[in-house]
Amino acid sequence: MADPAPTDRGSSRLRVMRMILWVLVLLAAGAALYALLYRSEQPPEAATYADAVGGPFTLTAPDGSTVTHEALAGKPFAIFFGFTRCPDVCPTTLARLAQLRERMGEDGDGFEIVFVSVDPESDTPEDIGRYVALFDTPILGLTGTKAQIDAIVGAYHAFYEKVPTEGGGYTVDHTASVFLMDREGKLQSIIDHHESAETSLDKLERLVSA
Amino acid sequence: MTVILRCPQRQPKAAIAAGPRRMVKALAAALALALPLSACGPASDADAATEATASRITVERAWSRETAPGQDAGGAFLTIVNPGSAPDRLIGGTASIAGDVHIHAVDMTGGVMRMRQLTEGLEIPAGRTVTLEPGGYHIMLMDLQRPLARGDAVPLTLEFEKAGRIEVELAVQPIGAAGPGEAHHG
Repeated sequence: MADPAPTDRGSSRLRVMRMILWVLVLLAAGAALYALLYRSEQPPEAATYADAVGGPFTLTAPDGSTVTHEALAGKPFAIFFGFTRCPDVCPTTLARLAQLRERMGEDGDGFEIVFVSVDPESDTPEDIGRYVALFDTPILGLTGTKAQIDAIVGAYHAFYEKVPTEGGGYTVDHTASVFLMDREGKLQSIIDHHESAETSLDKLERLVSA
Repeated sequence: MTVILRCPQRQPKAAIAAGPRRMVKALAAALALALPLSACGPASDADAATEATASRITVERAWSRETAPGQDAGGAFLTIVNPGSAPDRLIGGTASIAGDVHIHAVDMTGGVMRMRQLTEGLEIPAGRTVTLEPGGYHIMLMDLQRPLARGDAVPLTLEFEKAGRIEVELAVQPIGAAGPGEAHHG
């Protein structure tokens, strides 16, 4: 029982130190959490839709030559994904683009129409060439390997999926919107399948005049 | 008169447009024919009913879009009218130009085109008109033997559950056409 006081004093000082350390740890954890949350709330400025959609690609033209995104550099374009055995939405969409281009007169030459097959298994470059030729307007018809198609579909955040049908055949589900890309290759707008021709026309006029 | 209605095949329809006098004559002739047949038995009653239904489904505005060489499928569109009091069902078809004929529905939910085969066929409700048109339903001509060429009239036989077979001719339009007439510009 000689000197209990100093020991008590020492252990209580240690307790205080430990408490202070815990407070510091909690503060640090809180600060880290806050920083994390704050950062996720404030994404980098570059991550807009315009920057996220589109990008480099390598595909094959009807004549067998390789076409990359560089072929479209400096020119606005309307890009659509489909396949030649699509009897309904694909011809409707491409025909509408062709008709709108015609209505635009000279402005209609100010953008490219690009058709990308999502059925590389069936659509050869020649098939695509004969198909796009039906529309009586220049259309850049492209296909490629499955990996190349997957890459461009991914770059445009589009969707396609091969779906088996009865009797061993298949059909392809795919994004039916038309992506309007400005002359820097950035997304400017989207043409929806349901919108009026007038609405689409306005969008195309804006695309070529931007 | 009831007897005549039950045996529609006996009714000289062509006479109706030919003038009242001939109509009266034709009616008299029809009555003369029909009266001895007033005992259309239960079996022939059923036959007559089937035929009457068959004659009620009509198919109009059958058309298609041209296809490119090498493109082995094409869509056909048409209007089915069922003025009768019983529903019917389009269950399939055949065409000499195609290896197979399917009935498809197109769904555009979420900006994605999804085409599905209607394996159970397409119901044509009583008293209704069902239009197969781009963006909705279509007949899919599979395994095309040759391309559908602009200006062609392509025979197609449709098969209905009750009405049986109905032959139509598809008027092949330019690929940009939105209907059986000329392409709509805009």
